Amino acid sequence: MPELIITKNIDAPGLDTLKGYRKRGGYKSLAKALKEYQPDDILEMVKKSGLRGRGGAGFPTGMKWGFLAKNQPRYLCCNCDESEPGTFKDRMLMEKNPHQLIEGVILTSYACRVSVAFIYVRGELALAGRQIERAIEEAYGAGLIGKNILGSGYDLEVIMHRGAGAYICGEESALMESLEGRRGYPRLKPPFPAAVGLYGGPTVINNCETLSTIPAIVKNGADWYASFGTEKSKGTRVFCLSGHVKKPGNYELPLGTPLRTLIYDEEYGGGILDDKQLKAIIPGGSSTFMLGADKVDTPLDFEAIAAAGSMLGSGGVVVIHEDTCIVGAALRMTEFYRDESCGKCTPCREGTYWLTEIYERLEHGRGKESDIDLLMDICDNISGKSFCPLGDAATSPITSSIKLFREEYEYHVRHGRCMVGDQRTQQETLLAGAQSVHAGAPAKEM
Amino acid sequence: MISEQAKQRMRELAAHYPVARSAVMPALYIAQQEEGYITEAALEAVAEAIGMTVDDVESVATFYTMYYQQPPGKKVIKVCTSISCYLRNCDALVDRFEQRLGIKRGETTADGNYTLMTAECLASCGTAPVIQVNDEFVENVTLEMADELVGEWERELSADGGTQFIAPSSDQEISAPRAQ
Repeated sequence: MPELIITKNIDAPGLDTLKGYRKRGGYKSLAKALKEYQPDDILEMVKKSGLRGRGGAGFPTGMKWGFLAKNQPRYLCCNCDESEPGTFKDRMLMEKNPHQLIEGVILTSYACRVSVAFIYVRGELALAGRQIERAIEEAYGAGLIGKNILGSGYDLEVIMHRGAGAYICGEESALMESLEGRRGYPRLKPPFPAAVGLYGGPTVINNCETLSTIPAIVKNGADWYASFGTEKSKGTRVFCLSGHVKKPGNYELPLGTPLRTLIYDEEYGGGILDDKQLKAIIPGGSSTFMLGADKVDTPLDFEAIAAAGSMLGSGGVVVIHEDTCIVGAALRMTEFYRDESCGKCTPCREGTYWLTEIYERLEHGRGKESDIDLLMDICDNISGKSFCPLGDAATSPITSSIKLFREEYEYHVRHGRCMVGDQRTQQETLLAGAQSVHAGAPAKEM
Repeated sequence: MISEQAKQRMRELAAHYPVARSAVMPALYIAQQEEGYITEAALEAVAEAIGMTVDDVESVATFYTMYYQQPPGKKVIKVCTSISCYLRNCDALVDRFEQRLGIKRGETTADGNYTLMTAECLASCGTAPVIQVNDEFVENVTLEMADELVGEWERELSADGGTQFIAPSSDQEISAPRAQ
């Protein structure tokens, strides 16, 4: 078992309290930083550690901090609006170890000379929100947030802000709009948040897992952190394994660990459900391109996954087995983007609607041969033509699944039903009340 | 009616943020907690406390799906239907709840007891399929569990006499901001 950094002691009882967190060395990094380091020292340390954003884009964290414009006031937004399909790590980190995140937020605020920090927690994650709120209260009470933190003369306010059901608010500029009390519409970039962000001030926005990693880096040093992972993808990250595996769950592994290890190793996924054949893998949340089973030996690092034709994204690894109709799965993902498109940009708003319509007719046996190319054409008209990456993301499951499994689309057109799995039999079994929720292939029309 | 106490909390929130209108979302939650959903009175109270127009508040309230535009049932059941739950047969779960509750997704029972919704990825993919009942997770849900849950709710709601209103997000206490 490789060394755990972010999920160390994650299941220890009481870790979610200030006392429990401190018992395991919590807030020592903060005390050390405020006493021994200037803000720029921490910035340099994070740069040197090679830490890259864990939210999706994988941008180098230290470099992002370095881009901040010099004017004040500056703000920090911690993005805990976890809602990328297939991703469930931030929820765990907030529920089970909220103080680790708070410590990361304080350290980052200090490094970036920020005086007000926000933690934007997805509205649906009620327990996570309560945990963060309670941890903030405790930290204020212990003088870890507020005026003159630990006698250092550094002041910081931390505010938990609860979202209210909008995937788009995980996009950084939409998150800022939401925080400012508006509809979550993305902003046109540039200007980037580092120059003009929240309330017009320079703003640094980092993901929950990214900031949860900062205390360990400050405690053990940049070289120690950089000793994990690969040359360009340093450290560990939490991979969220779901779908058709025997043991789904969150597994922290060094970057560069092969997909095969995550999916098949007894310590992790334990293999494909019902010992079926692997069909496809979505490596970084539904917004990333699907990979075929032949890519199972790809190392999970930014460069290798990119070379294989996808993105490491949010670390949400969704495993799909042989009995799954890819058209049905792509339809489900497309519905998500249709429902979550904020409606600001026409290509995304209208395009995701039409994509779903076409999928519906393919799925229900009314598709035409030309529909497959039409899907590709609409994707081409959305991708790169909207303010934010949601539009691009909507096209990923479609273009990649057509590329990999075009024959299944064609089968749907010609035969009006799925090429794989026996959904009818399964549906009957389900209706008979047998416990087959875990049986694999998704249920189709009755 | 929004209580004076709730209005006071909204005003405190407005003072807590660097810019008052940032408090509109938490203030809407407070109003919803009192009214059960976003009523005209809720919009007016939030607008007054934050210093926004009613239309402006409404434009925010209608963007976010967790602000209910209609009275929800006492039990709001959200079934996640995104990809990881889909691969674990959430659709059969939706069918089962529709059957047992006698409503379609998006509907509320005539007695006001249940609202059944489908939800986008609820960040619980490792324990799929998953549902939320009044914002609390129930994970690894089987069809048998669905049946048992409906039975439990029935017993609970009939013990309540079916009259007491339970705010859908009453578990989420939005605490008053700290004194600065």
